[in-house]
Amino acid sequence: MENIKAIIEALILASEVPVVLEKICLVLPEVEKTQIQETLDNLMAEYNERAGGICLQEVAGGFQFRTRPEFGPWIKKLKGTKPASFSHAAMETLAIVAYRQPIVKSEIESIRGVDVGYSLKTLLEKKLVRIIGRKDVPGKPIIYGTTKKFLEVFNLKDLSELPTLRELKELNEPGEMKILEKPDKSAEIIILEEPNETSEELPG
Amino acid sequence: MNEEQTTDYAIKLDIFEGPLDLLLYLIKKNEIDIYNIPVALITEQYLQYLKMIKSLNLDLAGEYLVMAATLIHIKSRMLLPEPEEPEEEEEDPRAELVRQLLEYQAFKEAAANLSQRPILERDVFTRAAFLPEEIEKLPPGEEDLIEVSIFELIEAFHRLVSRIDRKELLEIDLEKMSVTDIINDILERLSNEKNLTFEELLGEGKERWRIIYTFLALLELIKLKMVKAYQTSAFGVIRIFPAVES
Repeated sequence: MENIKAIIEALILASEVPVVLEKICLVLPEVEKTQIQETLDNLMAEYNERAGGICLQEVAGGFQFRTRPEFGPWIKKLKGTKPASFSHAAMETLAIVAYRQPIVKSEIESIRGVDVGYSLKTLLEKKLVRIIGRKDVPGKPIIYGTTKKFLEVFNLKDLSELPTLRELKELNEPGEMKILEKPDKSAEIIILEEPNETSEELPG
Repeated sequence: MNEEQTTDYAIKLDIFEGPLDLLLYLIKKNEIDIYNIPVALITEQYLQYLKMIKSLNLDLAGEYLVMAATLIHIKSRMLLPEPEEPEEEEEDPRAELVRQLLEYQAFKEAAANLSQRPILERDVFTRAAFLPEEIEKLPPGEEDLIEVSIFELIEAFHRLVSRIDRKELLEIDLEKMSVTDIINDILERLSNEKNLTFEELLGEGKERWRIIYTFLALLELIKLKMVKAYQTSAFGVIRIFPAVES
C-alpha cells in the first residue's frame, strides 16, 4: 500500500473525535502498527513544517486536526461565539484534581482552604471532572478524577503531559525548615478507564 | 489605617480565593521570605483586612476567621520561651502553615498554567464544532435543542396522567414490572432508536403504574447521566437521547 499516509490523513479528518491508534489499526489491518505510528509521526512533522493554519495534534490519547492557537481570534470572529471561560476558583479546583487524583472533596478543600462544593459542581457539569468511586473510609466520600474531555479541552496528550509542580518539588528537597510534605502523587496517577455508562449501578 | 491603604485593600477584595490567597498576597506585598514569616506583622495586616471587610458590610466566609485564629495561635506559640532542654526536636510553629501556603501556591501556579494552555473553543478549534454527539443525530427539522428541566418533565408527566381513563385509576394491581426492568427496557430501546419522545417510551400501555414507573426510571437515568432530555422549544416535544458514547 502506497497511500497509507493519505488514508490515515483522511481518517483523522473524517472523525468527530480524536482517532486512537488502535482504531486506525482496525481500519487498516494489513498494515503493521509500527508503520502506522511512523506514518502518524511523519504526518505530524509535515503539518508542523508547513506551518499553516492547522496542525495534527495528539490529544486525549488520539489524533485530531486542530487550528493553531495564534489564529483563535479570527475563528472566534467567524463563529461569533464567546470563548469558554473558567473562574479562578474552578481552575484551582481543576488543577488540584488533575494533579492529585484520585482525590476526595475534603482533600481539595484542605489545599485551597475554602469550600469547593460550587466549583466542583461546575466542573462536573462541564464534564471536566467525574466521579471515580467512593473511598473505603467512614462516610464513604466520593472520589474525583479528570475526564477524557479534560484532556481534549486543555490540549493534553495524557496526564503525564502536565508540567510538574514547581514549588512542591523544591519542597521535597532539604530546605531551611523541616517541612513534612506528603509524597507527590503526580507521578503515580492512576488512569482509570472511563465507564461506558451502561449496566452499572442500576437501582435494584 | 490611612485612606491609601484602604483603597489598596478594597481593590483586591474580589480577587482573593480564600485566606491562603490573601496570606500569599500579604507575603508578596511585604516582600517576606515565606520560610521566615514575621507572624506578628502578617497577623496584624490580616486582621486589618478582615476589619475592613466587616466595615464594608460584606459577608466574611468562615474560613477567614479560622485562619485568623490559626495566625493568633501561632503568634502566641512563637512568644513562648524555648525549653532549655528540648526533649524532642520541636517543630517551628509556622511549619504547617508554610507547608499549606507553599502547596496552595504550587496549585495556584498550576491553575494559571492550565489557563494559559491552548484551550479548545477558546484558542484552538477542531473541524467539527465541539458539540455533544447527540446533537448531530437530530431528527430532520428539529434543530436547536434545549436541555429539559425537571419541571418540564413533571409537566409532561402530569399531562399524561390526566389523560388516563378514570376507571383505570381504580385498578389495584401488584407490581407487574420493576423500575429496573423499565430502565433496562428504555436503554435497550434507545440503543436501537437513537432518540425517543416521552410518549413513545410509554408505548401502548398507558396504565397509571406504567406512566409512573417510566417517569421514575427516566429520572433515575437522567440522574445517572445515562440519558439526556432535550426539547426544541419551550413546551415542545421532549426527546430522550442516550448519553452513552458508543
